[in-house]
Amino acid sequence: MPKQKFDILETTCVPLPLENIDTDQIIPARFLSATSREGFGENLFRDWRYNKEGQKNNDFVLNNAQYKGNILVAGKNFGCGSSREHAVWAIVDYGFQAVVSSFFADIFKNNSMNNRLLPVVVPEKFLKDMLELVTREPGTIVRIDLENQELKIPASGESVGFEINPYKKECLLKGLDDIDYLLNIKEMITGYEFRNTLKR
Amino acid sequence: MEPKTLFDKLWDNHVVSSIESGPDVLYIDQHFIHEVTSPQAFEGLRQRGIRVFRPGKTVATADHNIPTRDQHLTIKDELSRNQVEKLNDNCREFGIDYFGLNHPKNGIVHVIGPELGYTMPGMTIVCGDSHTSTHGAFGNIAFGIGTSEVEMVLATQCILQAKPKKMKILVNGKLQEGVTSKDIILYIISQVSSGGATGYFVEYCGQAIEALSMEGRMTICNMSIEMGARGGLIAPDLITFEYLNSIPSLAGRNDFKTLLLRWRNLKSDEGAHFDRELILNAGNIKPMITFGTNPGMGMGIDESIPDADNSPEGAASFTKSLNYMGFNPGEKILGHPIDYVFLGSCTNGRIEDLRSFAYFVRGRKKAENVIALIVPGSKRVEQQAVDEGLDKILKDSGFEMRQPGCSSCLAMNEDKVPAGKYAVSTSNRNFEGRQGPGARTLLASPLTAAAAAVTGKITDPRDLLSN
Ligand code: SF4
Repeated sequence: MPKQKFDILETTCVPLPLENIDTDQIIPARFLSATSREGFGENLFRDWRYNKEGQKNNDFVLNNAQYKGNILVAGKNFGCGSSREHAVWAIVDYGFQAVVSSFFADIFKNNSMNNRLLPVVVPEKFLKDMLELVTREPGTIVRIDLENQELKIPASGESVGFEINPYKKECLLKGLDDIDYLLNIKEMITGYEFRNTLKR
Repeated sequence: MEPKTLFDKLWDNHVVSSIESGPDVLYIDQHFIHEVTSPQAFEGLRQRGIRVFRPGKTVATADHNIPTRDQHLTIKDELSRNQVEKLNDNCREFGIDYFGLNHPKNGIVHVIGPELGYTMPGMTIVCGDSHTSTHGAFGNIAFGIGTSEVEMVLATQCILQAKPKKMKILVNGKLQEGVTSKDIILYIISQVSSGGATGYFVEYCGQAIEALSMEGRMTICNMSIEMGARGGLIAPDLITFEYLNSIPSLAGRNDFKTLLLRWRNLKSDEGAHFDRELILNAGNIKPMITFGTNPGMGMGIDESIPDADNSPEGAASFTKSLNYMGFNPGEKILGHPIDYVFLGSCTNGRIEDLRSFAYFVRGRKKAENVIALIVPGSKRVEQQAVDEGLDKILKDSGFEMRQPGCSSCLAMNEDKVPAGKYAVSTSNRNFEGRQGPGARTLLASPLTAAAAAVTGKITDPRDLLSN
C-alpha cells in the first residue's frame, strides 16, 4: 500500500529537553485498549500535559502556545522502553512529522519509520544548542531535507548531516512499504523454508 | 574460518536475503502475539486482502489487559473486553492457536513460550513486546517488535531488520547469599545506563551466569532491553537441555535427540569478535534497588542516592526523576516506608520466584501497611504453586495469590498503585506512571520484595536471612 511521501519539512519546533523519554510517557498504558490506529494524539504525553484533576499543566511545552510546529526536539535515548507502536501513532496523530534527538531507542526508530515519522539523529552538542535556540526563539524555522540528509537552521545558517539507511530513505521518499517489499519476494521466502526443512 | 559469535551464526542462518546497503530479510521461526499490539496488524492484513502466511508459527495469549481476579467472569472494562474478544476473533479468522482467559495454557507471553516448549535454542523469535528478549535465555535470537512488524511477520513470516552490533557481558565469580539473578541484571543496567547498550545484542556468559537456573537466566535476558539492547542471549548448556527435556511436548518428539545434538553446537567460537565487552564480578553485587524513574537508576540497597553530577542522566532529567520519586540526592533509602509490593511479571513471575518469596515470608507476617499483589506468570505457574503448597504458605503469612497476567507491571487493568505511593516491584520498569498515574516504583528482586512485604519498609533481605 503506497503511503504519503516524505520530502522536505520546513517548520518551527517543539522542544522537550529531557533524556530517556520512554514510550510510557509518550502514551500511558491505560490508553492502549483501542483497536485502531487513530485518535492517540489526544493522549500524547498525557500525564505531563494534564494534572491529576485533568486540567492542563501550563508548564508543559505542548500547552504553551508559543511552541508549535511539526518537529519534536528531545533529549537522548528518546522512545526507550515498551515496544508499543501506539507511541508513534500518538506523535504522528498529534501532527509531528519528525523527531530530532542525539539517539533513539531501536524499536522506536523502526516503528517511526514504518509510520513515516522521521527520526533525525544529530550530534549531542548540536542537539544541545538546537534545544537552547528553539526554546529561546520559538519562531526558529528548521528545515529537514531527507533527500540530501541534512538538517538546517536557515536563520543561523547552521546545518548538520544525518544518517539514514539507504533502503529506508528510498521507502520514505517514494512512499513504499516494507510489507509490499516482502510480499514481492515470497518465492524466495518459500525457497528458504524448503532449504531449511531439508537441512533439518 | 573466522571465529563467529553465537549471535552471528544464528542471524546468518536466518537471512533469507540481504537488501543492498539495507536491512536483512530475517526469517522468523516463532511468533507470539497478545491482545494489545496485534489488532491493528490484523486490520492491516484485512485491508491488504491477505491471509496469515504461516499460521502454525504464531501463538496467541491474552495477558496485558486482563483482570487478575474473577477471571471466570466477563471482563468488566468494556475496552479491555473488546480487545481480548478481538484477539479471539482474529485468531479464529486467521487460524492461529489462542490461549485465552481460563485456558490451562494461558499466561504472560514470555512465561508460556518457554514452559510450553515453543521456545527452543537456535531459533529466531519475535513478539510485539519489548521483553521478548526473555527467550534468549535458551540460546536464540529473540527481540521485541512494533505492530507494523507484527503485520510483516503475519504476512510473510519475515521481518526487515538491520543487524545489530554485538556485546559480551561476562560475569565471573559467585553470588553472595541473598543476591539473585535480578540483582545481577539491575547491577549490569546501572553500570551500562538505560540507553547504553542501544544498537547492541548482548551475549551473557561467565561462571555466575552458568550457575543460574533457566528461570534466573530468563530474568537476566528479559531486562536486556532496559539498557537499550535489542536483546540478550545465553548459550545453551546442560541446564538448558534438562529444562527442555522436562517439557513433555518436546521430550516426546521423535527428533528430540537430533535437536539436542544440534543444540550442543550452539556457542560462540573461541576468539570471536565482539564490538564491546564488559567484565564484572558477581561477588561485588549486592541486593539492588532502583531509586529513580528508569531501570538504570539503581544502586546497592544499603547505598546512598548519587548526586546529579555523578549520574549518567542529564541533570534536568535526574532532578525531575528524584522529584517524582520524592527522594533527595545523597539520601539512603534503606528503612524508607513502602505501601505496595508486587511479585510477578515476565521478569519474576515464574515458579522459582514464587518459591523464593513464599519461603522467605514463611513464619513471618505481611506488614499491616503493605498491600501485596502476588501474581503468577501463567496458569501453569499458578497450578504448580498450588501443588507445592505455596499458596498456603502465602495465605498463612497474610498474602493472597491472584490469577495470572501482566497485572501491575504495566497496570492496564485495575491493579494500579495509587499516586504518590511507593511500590517495591519485581517487574522491569520504574518509569513515571508505569504502575499507575503518579505511582512510585522501586525495582528489586523477589527476596527484596519479600523483605519489604514483611517489614513494611525497604529492607536488606540479607539481614533477615541470617536470623
Ligand atoms: S509482564 Fe510486563 S513487561 Fe512482561 S509482557 Fe507483561 S507488561 Fe510486558
